Amino acid sequence: MPKDTGIGASPKRREDVRFLTGKGRYTDDINVAGQAHVVFLRSDVAHGTINGIDTAAAEAMEGVVGVFTAMDFDGVGGIPCGWQITDREGNPMQEPKHPILAEGKVRHVGDPIAAVVAESVSIARDACEAIEVDITSLPAVMDMKKAVQADAPKVHDDLTSNLCYDWGFVEDNRQAVDDAIKSAAHVTTLELVNNRLIANPMEPRVAVGDYARHDDSSTLYTTSQNPHVIRLLMGAFVLGIPEHKLRVVAPDVGGGFGTKIFHYAEEAFCTFAAKQLERPVKWTASRSEAFMSDAHGRDHVTKIELALDADNNFTAVRTETYANMGAYLSTFAPSVPTWLHGTLMAGNYKTPLVYVNVKAVFTNTVPVDAYRGAGRPEATFQLERVVDKAARELGIDPVELRRQNFIREFPYQTPVAVEYDTGDYDATMDKLLEMIDRDGFEARRKESESRGKLRGLGINCYIEACGIAPSKLVGQLGARAGLYESATVRVNATGGLVVMTGSHSHGQGHETSFPQVIADMIGINEDQIEIVHGDTANAPMGMGTYGSRSLAVGGSAMFRATEKIIAKAKKIAAHIMEASDEDIELKDGKFTVAGTDKELAWGDVTLAAYVPHNYPLEDLEPGLEETAFYDPNNFTYPAGAYACEVEVDPETGFVEVLSFAAADDFGNVVNPMIVEGQVHGGLAQGIGQALFENCAYDEDGQLLSASYMDYTMPRAKDLPMFQVDHSCATPCTHNPLGVKGCGEAGAIGSPPSIVNGVLDALASGGHDVGHIDMPLTPAKVWAAMQGTGGTGDGTAHARSVGGPAKNV
Amino acid sequence: MYNFELVKPTTLQDAVAALKDDDAQALGGGQTLLPTMKARLAMSDKFVALSGVAEIRGICTDDDGRICIGGGTTHADVAKGATDYPALASTAARIGDPAVRNRGTIGGSLANNDPSACYPAAALASNATICTPDREIAADAYFQGMFETALEEGEIITEVKFPVPQKAAYEKFIQPASRFPLVAVFVAKFSDGVRVAVTGASSDGVFRWSEAEAALSDNFSAEAILGLSAPSSDGMISDLHGDATYRAHLVKVMTARAVKAAI
Repeated sequence: MPKDTGIGASPKRREDVRFLTGKGRYTDDINVAGQAHVVFLRSDVAHGTINGIDTAAAEAMEGVVGVFTAMDFDGVGGIPCGWQITDREGNPMQEPKHPILAEGKVRHVGDPIAAVVAESVSIARDACEAIEVDITSLPAVMDMKKAVQADAPKVHDDLTSNLCYDWGFVEDNRQAVDDAIKSAAHVTTLELVNNRLIANPMEPRVAVGDYARHDDSSTLYTTSQNPHVIRLLMGAFVLGIPEHKLRVVAPDVGGGFGTKIFHYAEEAFCTFAAKQLERPVKWTASRSEAFMSDAHGRDHVTKIELALDADNNFTAVRTETYANMGAYLSTFAPSVPTWLHGTLMAGNYKTPLVYVNVKAVFTNTVPVDAYRGAGRPEATFQLERVVDKAARELGIDPVELRRQNFIREFPYQTPVAVEYDTGDYDATMDKLLEMIDRDGFEARRKESESRGKLRGLGINCYIEACGIAPSKLVGQLGARAGLYESATVRVNATGGLVVMTGSHSHGQGHETSFPQVIADMIGINEDQIEIVHGDTANAPMGMGTYGSRSLAVGGSAMFRATEKIIAKAKKIAAHIMEASDEDIELKDGKFTVAGTDKELAWGDVTLAAYVPHNYPLEDLEPGLEETAFYDPNNFTYPAGAYACEVEVDPETGFVEVLSFAAADDFGNVVNPMIVEGQVHGGLAQGIGQALFENCAYDEDGQLLSASYMDYTMPRAKDLPMFQVDHSCATPCTHNPLGVKGCGEAGAIGSPPSIVNGVLDALASGGHDVGHIDMPLTPAKVWAAMQGTGGTGDGTAHARSVGGPAKNV
Repeated sequence: MYNFELVKPTTLQDAVAALKDDDAQALGGGQTLLPTMKARLAMSDKFVALSGVAEIRGICTDDDGRICIGGGTTHADVAKGATDYPALASTAARIGDPAVRNRGTIGGSLANNDPSACYPAAALASNATICTPDREIAADAYFQGMFETALEEGEIITEVKFPVPQKAAYEKFIQPASRFPLVAVFVAKFSDGVRVAVTGASSDGVFRWSEAEAALSDNFSAEAILGLSAPSSDGMISDLHGDATYRAHLVKVMTARAVKAAI
């Protein structure tokens, strides 16, 4: 019988009732009395010198409250970067200033130049058009390999070059890796692009700044995945507002996918302008603004080499990656191609030697930062593609080649710093093969061929590191923040609980799954437990939700706080029942004394805590409220095996995904339905990256895919029914719930499945194509079949952002 | 969107009069114009909405057996009502999404002449006649390049008359983001010959592929197309979603598929 409550049950998501009936309270639903509206004037050129800005006409317009340019931010800090990378020579990365409004230069299409605050959005828009900006265009820096050459124009004139950092990992392994590759029996080389993506949460970004004259305090309502982080970054580094005078509220948030982690200029602007003007200031991004101002994702150009010995054991992996930072460093941008990418390059395999080189480059494009998976999809894609290519070159079964090199002993210390605590890669592969009926594939392929179609089977593994992160470790790696999580559990007199968590739900279903944990611990109904998040005024300092960390880190903090609650409640119960603390048991919401028939209900004890008439006041404070901060001592390492079958129409290059199976190991699972939903969403985005999504710029830095007319989001019709399994569970060894993150796995593991599958299909039709860069649009697949569009043989473009000319 | 004046006449006569103003522009279903106005990429002082003009809506058959569709008829109504011309009804049923089909009109689409729109291919392949209050224009004379037509300023499409072919089909290969045709081909076989109209491919907008017409008039079969070379890629559109060579190739593929579907 499936459970209907507690851990392992799948109650429907309680938050969906308000989301689906239009009762959600999103940031744009917040209107503060007297608010004015801001519209930003954004650059329409990628790179240029600002000679002058004439705002006189705009200021004179009726209904305009204020017009701001960079001059108004004298003495205000730039948008800070939260992670500092140290390069191969031991020097800190180059870190340019990121002003709230462009200072002296514009550096990408969409860079805000000026802001108009007015009585209405349309007045502000009219006034923006009345601003005259004199800009001298400069050559756009777009091609990462050209950008790091000595004579390249510079995005930031005060930096020595466009190179943010040149990172080597592990630098001490470099020589040994080079030697291993030289002496290898076989080396498979692959050059590829990890395409730039735009996150496209359904809800665009919104910010409402409010200032209270009576106590000189500021409030920012914002679409954020981590309000405390925004409070700290904006308060301390940008505006100089102490945290006790600044409240940040992130109410219902309609999807984040990473792009709402970061502190954005518009948030600082609204908070700043509200105080300057003593009026609330609201900004709601248009979809067009979202395309050119939300941090983008991915955008790596990589060469990877896999060395094998004569018995097909992996002996070394060497990679060289150019990682696009865009025009400025977004909050966690430097960490994505380094610590979230290099540390995963061992994958599921016992490759003894790994060397990862990453050159992070400034270009005249929107800043690039974490997007669902962040670094781990890039690592998984190149590794699982090169392994598949090696299998094809060596004429061996791609599954067997992987199995032969699987890590089987845990804990396993990789050559790239991280230690996998647990896993069973054979189990998920076995499960996958059972799910996909591999033996029946040839018959299915023949059936496709009878209809003139080419059928392919793509299989791959993945491992990822999430549940970020041990603060001490990330501190050593350059993080300027800790990555613990917090929870306050407040038990009310009548027995109900409120959990104030530092995690933030923007689609993950915390309001449903978190109470399942506590319900099990105490033995009460889930509906007695309320989850509160997203407001710095009530939750303890928390780090928010990203990196598949909510349950593993935030859930663990809640677990620890609840343990403290139970320990105290037992003391109260012991006092009332005149027993010893150690003899008290809590089960099904009842306290009992071992060996007796004495019992007290949960509510009797919680009432006693607040009406302490019969209470050990000399030993115990009244009340029942506890806070815990949980700092994990390792990442969690979800892993699995994915497969898809695709059909290629050889006449058009069109790819149809016929089936997709995912066998994941997420450790213990609290709510299987929510986990399945998370995997579905991740798969949709991974398949989106592989087949559809492409953020493309032209040579001049104009964003070509600037709307849904050109940026292809995956739709339900494009996706098969997913087969999802998470029965192969090896519980995490170091968090109290034994859980691993599940939010990003689908997006991490699925792109190589699709590309492997399409290349397998093409090979069956006699087309020996080494690689095709994502997205595998019909035009690209068809061109590859004609021998004109394939890549992977040293021809990967130096920019992952292709214009219309050649790289369609 | 900028501020503008909206007039909503209920008769064709009033609509024509309202459009005599220099700064007046006709507004059909608004499925192209409204998003463009919202993005502030289009503006006019005065818009004349045609949706209230009942006399330019509806479908009938004339004495020559032609399907006559009022310019203000929505795609959804054509999909439901053009039962005597199934390929045309099917074309209308596959334009955009339900919201577009319930608001967008045949007159609006033909007046705009988007190089990737569906209706221009149907009208050109069917040898349709585009009617305005004062004249009738043959499809061959009507389409004059990307977003260019024979319409004069302020001239309204009141009706489109479609001869019904013996066999016809429309095959569309979609641009995956916009779901407009990347390349789509309408093939229509009449007693006196075959017409093949291609949309989405050319930077001159919809065009007739004459080699295919000749081959199919001789032998109406997919094999007749497979024997041809793809049309020249000169002048074909190259963009993010497909270059000129690919589009030229797709013209041939989709033509063959349309012939197969028509048989």
